[in-house]
Amino acid sequence: NHADCASEEIIYKIDVPANRYDLLCLEGLTAGLLVFLEKIPQSRYKLIYPTSQNKLEKITVKSACMNVRPFVVGAILRGITLTKESYDSFIDLQDKLHQNLGRKRSLVSIGTHDLDTIKGPFVYNAEPPKDIRFKPLNQDKEYNGEEIMDLYAHHAQLKQYLPIIKDSPVYPIIYDSNGVVLSLPPIINSDHSKITLNTKNIFIECTNTDLTKGQIAVDILVSAFSQYCKDKYTVEPVEIIYEETKEVVRSPTLQYRSNEINSDDAVNFIGIKETPQKIAKLLSKMCLKSEVKNGNILSVEIPPTRHDVIHARDIYEDIAIAWGYNNILKTIPKILSVGKKFPLNKLTDHLRQELAQCAFTETLTFALCSREDVSDKLGWSFDQIPAVTISNPKTLEFQVVRTTLLPGLLKTIGANKNMPLPLKLYEISDVVLRDPQAECGARNQRRLCAIYYNKSAGLEVIHGLLDRIMSLLDVPWNVNKTNDGYYLEATEGIVYL
Amino acid sequence: MTSELTENILLHVEKNGETNSLDLMNVFNEDHQKIIGAIKSLQTLDNSRSRCIFAVPENGILQAEIMNSVPYAKVGLSKALVAGWIKLDKSSGKPMVIRNVSTIEDTTQKNLKNFDNLTDNIKADYKKRKLLQEIIVKSVIVKKGPNFATKIEKLETELTSDLLINGAWKEQKFKKYNFDALGSSTDTGHLHPLLKVRAEFRNIFLEMGFEEMPTNNFVESSFWNFDALFQPQQHPARDAHDTFFISDPKYSTKFPQDYLAKVKQVHSKGGYGSEGYRYDWKIEEAQKNLLRTHTTAVSARMLYQLMQKGEFKPVKYFSIDRVFRNETLDATHLAEFHQIEGVVADYNLTLGDLIGTLYEFFKKLGIDKLEFKPAYNPYTEPSMEIFCFHEGLGKWIEIGNSGVFRPEMILPMGLPEKVNALAWGLSLERPTMIKYGLNNIRDLVGPKVDLQMVYNNPICRLEKVNNKK
Repeated sequence: NHADCASEEIIYKIDVPANRYDLLCLEGLTAGLLVFLEKIPQSRYKLIYPTSQNKLEKITVKSACMNVRPFVVGAILRGITLTKESYDSFIDLQDKLHQNLGRKRSLVSIGTHDLDTIKGPFVYNAEPPKDIRFKPLNQDKEYNGEEIMDLYAHHAQLKQYLPIIKDSPVYPIIYDSNGVVLSLPPIINSDHSKITLNTKNIFIECTNTDLTKGQIAVDILVSAFSQYCKDKYTVEPVEIIYEETKEVVRSPTLQYRSNEINSDDAVNFIGIKETPQKIAKLLSKMCLKSEVKNGNILSVEIPPTRHDVIHARDIYEDIAIAWGYNNILKTIPKILSVGKKFPLNKLTDHLRQELAQCAFTETLTFALCSREDVSDKLGWSFDQIPAVTISNPKTLEFQVVRTTLLPGLLKTIGANKNMPLPLKLYEISDVVLRDPQAECGARNQRRLCAIYYNKSAGLEVIHGLLDRIMSLLDVPWNVNKTNDGYYLEATEGIVYL
Repeated sequence: MTSELTENILLHVEKNGETNSLDLMNVFNEDHQKIIGAIKSLQTLDNSRSRCIFAVPENGILQAEIMNSVPYAKVGLSKALVAGWIKLDKSSGKPMVIRNVSTIEDTTQKNLKNFDNLTDNIKADYKKRKLLQEIIVKSVIVKKGPNFATKIEKLETELTSDLLINGAWKEQKFKKYNFDALGSSTDTGHLHPLLKVRAEFRNIFLEMGFEEMPTNNFVESSFWNFDALFQPQQHPARDAHDTFFISDPKYSTKFPQDYLAKVKQVHSKGGYGSEGYRYDWKIEEAQKNLLRTHTTAVSARMLYQLMQKGEFKPVKYFSIDRVFRNETLDATHLAEFHQIEGVVADYNLTLGDLIGTLYEFFKKLGIDKLEFKPAYNPYTEPSMEIFCFHEGLGKWIEIGNSGVFRPEMILPMGLPEKVNALAWGLSLERPTMIKYGLNNIRDLVGPKVDLQMVYNNPICRLEKVNNKK
């Protein structure tokens, strides 16, 4: 049972920022912290090429791939030694990259293979599902593309990825030079090339629809696990040949980007006083190796693990973090400014106070409700109402935005039937109406709604309240029913405001 | 004696017709309870069990029929079966009730006539069958007090205008007023507790010289809600399970074209010193209408409009309004809640300015212990989560989020390069729940609000530290 399998060890659950993919595994997190604490120097990642150029592993991308999953990024980790822990961490990092950066494999899908079980050059193609045939990971027999879809239709994890390619006339597929299938991205790898604790050379292929994200994923994966290679922190590149464009690229690039920032700009932005030398040191703690170039100019090197740095501002942030947010001197902006209420809200505030002075009690109800709440339950057909409808509500309570405040007030009474009578409630808030003239096709309208609930209806109470409101708004009652002021007119049918 | 009384009652009724038990009390000069007792014993003559046996004809009757025609037939039938007076014959398919004896001796009836001698067991059984009832009679002992008098002096309850006019108030004795009770409640109206807190927050912003933004637009386009804030199109927040998308009106089309082109450029190719996200930006994604997920969309519109007026001037904006998230409701989550947002934009603002402003802001809420933690928001860089020390809970809790708007967000709007825009946001509900010690958000917001809580809710003074905890 579960209790027996559970570890006795204390395990920490750590939240990391959504843009720091380098911190998604224990290897990256410990490296980052140790560099921050200046306990270890920052690692430097290197590409190493095989002894002769033509031994470079190649993946040819067939033109058919353009229809389904157009890009691939490759990499090789040579002479690796994995333990149970590092193997689990390797699989776990792939899974996390699939989930967040890869948007559940739709953008990025990584396949890792035991290179010694397959033989390059490799072909990335897209073929009709019926023509694809292989033994998927941990299965006993071969299935074709269609059968694999059926096989995993109810699989707890894999079923969510099927729709990414299911309706495509061709499925992505990777072969080696002997026609052995490596994987059916983004669904499943083949059983043949699976990696184990004994795997010495790992071949990584990462198919994707967003090349930038595919490159980030492979950079993150190889930089975290190249430390287990015989030559630490080295990665062997793979050549990608795009048949469609004749383009030939090598991946991963493990590119170190260099950036220049002005130290004065940085400290002025943060609001601290510090020398360029100290700033360079702070940045180096954040894995952004920096040195003073001349005067205030710092040369900052952005490693391939830090794809989140896309602007000088991102570098400023790292300086502030290294400095410590709580050590920054508090200052107040020197702006002469005049406070001002939004006029509609100002009027609303006045009326809210006045209605409370009329012994009415303010309610606060939801802006979202069911279709019936604003139509059938009030005797209207839904078609007559200019309601804004929600396409994907999680519950039926949130199908539309209210077009009237009345249902909310009635529901409040319904939930408070134990209260002494009479109940006198009001709300002043927004309803939303479709309006083709409005920028987004709908506009808010501020409404006032009051309700009197007692053993007798008390229409004269609500009538009196309306008179009071009009008098507060300085709108006179007009007996002659002309355009000045207000008057009431009897009407038939169902009229609710 | 009981039987004598019951007989007398019967004789009286025979002679005079219908009568009241209270009248009988006078007629016979007897205690009311005794009269009632006698009447009760008369009632038992109409015993359900006896009724049942008498209702059974010589040749038997269908069980269903007797159930319908005789009151208390269910109890009577089962008791009569136990006593062996009748039997059930199910041979014909439909149960028949058949007499077993020709005459009966109703011990219940006998016992009730003479209940003083019954054992406790039988009494308890009769109580259960509601044949006997226990009544507690309270009596009062009357004796002389210190102010005893045979003549009663009447005390005035209240001062009246008559008493004042004729001067009688000087001599008159007044009834004592009970100060150990609540006075009569005033007939009054009430403001909603959450909106009282909102009013306090608005005051704080106004006191700090902030101008209120118009946030009366619940329906927003993805462009202003996400793209304008440099939030990439594959961001998880843009998934349908987090955001309410709108099916009608589904799309927006009226975008400022120049600005739209700049936003597209900075997302897909970069610019303004940024590498961008380097992905294929699609107008179709930007056109999708939704219920705004934050009021930052309005801040973006305000900063854009500010530059449309020609030149930059420093601004301080705030808003407090509803935002929407596609959540399942529970004790701490609502699908709609109020977001408080503050924005300051000027030349050369610093992170220290943001921290200093936040200290001033939270000081007005009675909070002076703050800590800031690095965080990630797509539209602010740097970003800081704001924590405060909660004295009641004895620990640091997160109360808000803040940061400096990214250059990729504000530079395409046309703001000068040296201008920085500081912003922070928090929910209105969370501080309110902490302030009022509420555990369930639904007690506060929505139709299930407890109106009694609204009636009793005190004045809201946020700066006053709550000592109740």
